[in-house]
This record gives sequence, C-alpha cells and structure tokens, in this order.
Amino acid sequence: MSTPLLDIQQLSFEVDRQRILDRLDLAIQPGEIHALLGANGSGKTTLAYVLMGCEGYVPSEGRMLFNGTDLLSLKMHERARLGLTLAWQEPARFEGVTVREYLSLGKPDCDPEPALRQVGLDPERYLNRRVDKSLSGGERHRIELASVLSMMPKLAILDEPSAGIDMLSINHIIGIIRAVKAAGGSVLLITHQEEVALIADRASQLCAGRIIFSGSPREAVDHFRRRTCVRCDGEVCNYVRA
Amino acid sequence: MSELDDLRRTLPMVGAEPAILDDTRIAHVVVQGHHILSHRTVPGLRVEMEERPDAIVGKLIVEAGAQIAQPIHMCFGLAHPTGVQQIKIDVQICEEAQARVLSHCLFPFAKAAEHRMQAVMEIGPGASLQYTEGHYHGPHGGMQVLPHATIKIGRGARYFSDFSLLSGSVGKLDIDYLVEVEEEGLAELNAKIFAHKTDHIVLKEAVMLLGERSRSLIKTRVVLEDQAQAEITGITEAYAKGARGHVDCMEIVQGQAHASAIPIVRVFHPEAKVTHEAAIGSVDKKELETLMARGLNPEQAVELIVSGILR
Repeated sequence: MSTPLLDIQQLSFEVDRQRILDRLDLAIQPGEIHALLGANGSGKTTLAYVLMGCEGYVPSEGRMLFNGTDLLSLKMHERARLGLTLAWQEPARFEGVTVREYLSLGKPDCDPEPALRQVGLDPERYLNRRVDKSLSGGERHRIELASVLSMMPKLAILDEPSAGIDMLSINHIIGIIRAVKAAGGSVLLITHQEEVALIADRASQLCAGRIIFSGSPREAVDHFRRRTCVRCDGEVCNYVRA
Repeated sequence: MSELDDLRRTLPMVGAEPAILDDTRIAHVVVQGHHILSHRTVPGLRVEMEERPDAIVGKLIVEAGAQIAQPIHMCFGLAHPTGVQQIKIDVQICEEAQARVLSHCLFPFAKAAEHRMQAVMEIGPGASLQYTEGHYHGPHGGMQVLPHATIKIGRGARYFSDFSLLSGSVGKLDIDYLVEVEEEGLAELNAKIFAHKTDHIVLKEAVMLLGERSRSLIKTRVVLEDQAQAEITGITEAYAKGARGHVDCMEIVQGQAHASAIPIVRVFHPEAKVTHEAAIGSVDKKELETLMARGLNPEQAVELIVSGILR
C-alpha cells in the first residue's frame, strides 16, 4: 500500500475533560473514497473540524499527517492551500456573495459552470444568485458541493453531503464524490445514508471517538447496523473504553 | 476650472458618470453650496429651485400619470473644506406617476463642513418613487450630514429608498426619516454604511403603517471599524388591518468600534403584524471558517463577507 494521503495517529480531542476523540487512528490513501459511519455523538463531525483546524478544535494529543506534513502547526487556510477542504453539514449563508464568486474562491480564473452542472443546477439560473437565505437548504447544499468540486482538493471532507437533498438527487451527490476521485482527489465521506456509503472504496465505523471497525463499505454498513455504543443508544457495542 | 467641472470630476466617487449632465434626455439639478450650477428638466417633470443666502429651497414635481424614463439626478456638493449647505426640498410624485431619483452628495474636501437636508416627499395614490442616495465625504472625517425627511406614501403607492456611504470617511451622520404609509402602500428603506476612524452614525427610521394592507421593510447594514460608533433605531408601528412590517438590522463591529441597534415595533391592530431581527457582532465565525476552508486567509475572508453585506 502507498504512503497515506492522510495519516491520523492516536488523535485525541477533549471538551471539558470529556474525550470526544479517543486515540483515533485512521489512514486514507490517495484517490480513496473513505466512508465514516457512526451514530450521533460518535465524533464524526468533531473529527472533521479537528482535521480542518476550526477554531477551538485543537487536539490534546496525536498527529495528523497530510501528504507527510503535520497539520497541527498550520492554520485553516494553510491547510486548505495544501489541498484539504471541508463541506459543512449545514453550510453558512453569505449575504451579497454570488454563486459565481463562491465557486471561484481563491481562483478568480476558474470556470464555475461545470461544477454547478455536476450538482444538477443550471448555471444560467444560479450563477448570479446570492448564497443567502433565498436558497433552499437543498440548493445551498448542492452549491457547497459544487464549491468543493471547483476547488479540486486533494482531500475533501464531506460532512453529511446528502442531508437535505431529495432522493432523486442523490445521484448528483454520488457524481460529485466520484468526480473528486476522478480528478485524483480523495474523499472522507461522513454519512448516515447507506447508498451513499456504499460507493466508498473503504469504510470505518466510529464509536465513542475511536475507529472500531474498518473494512469494505458493505461490511462496515452491516457492522454499524448490528452494533451501537453505550454513549449513543444505550446498547452495548464491542468497543469497551480502556 | 469651474465649480461645475470640479463637481463633475467627483461624480464617479458615487458611481455616476459625468456624461449624465450632458444628456438632454436626463433631468438634473446641480447645487454647489447655495448656488444652482446647472439644471435641466424633461417632460412631465417640474423643477423649481431658488437660491437663498442660507439655503436652497425648491420643489420637484412629477406630474400625474407621468413616467420619467431616465433617473433624475440631483447633485449636492461643497467645493471647499469648510462651509454649510442647507437644502429644503419638497418632492411630489403625483397620482399614478413614476420616477427614479439618484441623489449624489459629494463633499470630497470637507474638513469642517455641514450638509443639512430637510425634505418632504409626497407620493400620490398609485405612484412610485425609487430614491437612491449615494454619499462621498472625502478622507478627512470632517463632514456633518443631517438629512431629515418626512415621506407620505399614498394609497397603493410605492417608495423604495437606498442610502449608501461606502467609501471615504463618514464623519458625523444623523439621519432621521419618518414614513407614513396609507392603504396598500409600500415602503422599503435600505441603508448601507461603512464607517471608520472616529465616524459617528445616528440613524433613525420610523415607519407608520396607517392604512390597511400597508407594508414596509427597514433594512440596515452597517460595518464599523477603528473607533467608529453607530446607533441605529428602526421603528415600525402598525395601525391597520393586514398591515405588515419588518425591521432587519445587521451591524458588523471590528477593532474598537461599538454599535447599538434598537428595533422598536408596535402594533395597534389585532390583524397587523410587525417582525424584527437585529444582529450585532464580529464577522460570523462559520462564514469566516467556510471561506478559510476554501483557502482565503482571514483578511481576505473578512473583506469578502463585509463587501457582500454592503452590496
């Protein structure tokens, strides 16, 4: 196996002495789509924020190597400039900023139309619209994914990319994920949706801040269905905190 | 170079082309201090302006049913660093008439100067007025601007105003507008201001929804940096059945600046409704981080967010 694009080693993150990420290990290979499954509260979104370097999300221990570079010393925009990005589960709204501007962030010469088409939105109708409250939740989500695609990242962290998207449009989301891979990028895909998870190359289950299972997406989905965690649902999974 | 030429050269500071003053299809009034430097009218529009030692006093009347195709440009300026300009103007948009007014207030050299505007606007039944006011006060922060207006919107009439002061220093700005809206009338008041250094803004806009099914929106966007201060008051009172109003104020505060937003809503009829939202604070963290996750550094991200809000 080649050197991982992202190599997370013994990563921990605490809030008020409560460990949200607990000595987590995870590796993502170049060009890999890696699905991350886990019940609510298992630490999926926290992991995304720690990786991206959001304010207040500094790990208490561990390493995060991205293409061999330790992310910990880098600010958020520096991580992005290395090719790491995040699509939020509930994307922010921007008063006055057009879709065209939003899809061209940091790349003024970029043509935003192909990315918009890829998410099933007509450029003629959307490019001059504002990324504000006038967009529906589903439209805003698609524009978020289009902005990730137009950035052509080395690793896109997609936090619930199909949330708020109608069933008929799931194929657009799957198309975006595959387009990032086709362009040579990797995807860390946080999802609850089985049919989205199954397009991954590999998948892991996160439970109480630790990866408790990694394998094929089918195996991971089956594992996730069978077992839950004390913290999440009151049932017992095979992870026992040391 | 004439005073008119001086003023023409500053028009681009508020996004206007100097050539508009040469176009015979476009009405205009150009006032420097208390002197009328140029004016032109078009069919359907009457402009009566009088120079007085202490003020310019005038009337702008759009005749009933007239539809003025091109915007009417009103340019007010002071050519010197000091001085006072006082404008007293009545604007009448008669029944079923339509007009757009672009008011350019240019004080590029102001160091200790004052501009006072006292306006009464009457928009007759079924008429429409779009009033866009752009200001440039120069870099020195020595301008005091005090526009006070009473606006009466008749039955089924529409009034849209858009005030912007986005480049240069504000100085001291004290806006006081009172708007009365009759049955099925509509008032939409927008203000966008970017304040720096020791700029001081007092903005008070009050809308009285007097008629049934009258509607209004007060929308204010203010960005403050350095030691700038702002006090924004948006008042909407609804007195009639089916009246609907909304007050929306957002202020972004950076550096040592400080701001207050006071939305006041009062309802005097059980079938009327007025809502408000006000937000004051630094740039939204999630917006900032979203842009940084696309590679913008914090300064670039703040600049984009602020410029978007002030558009």
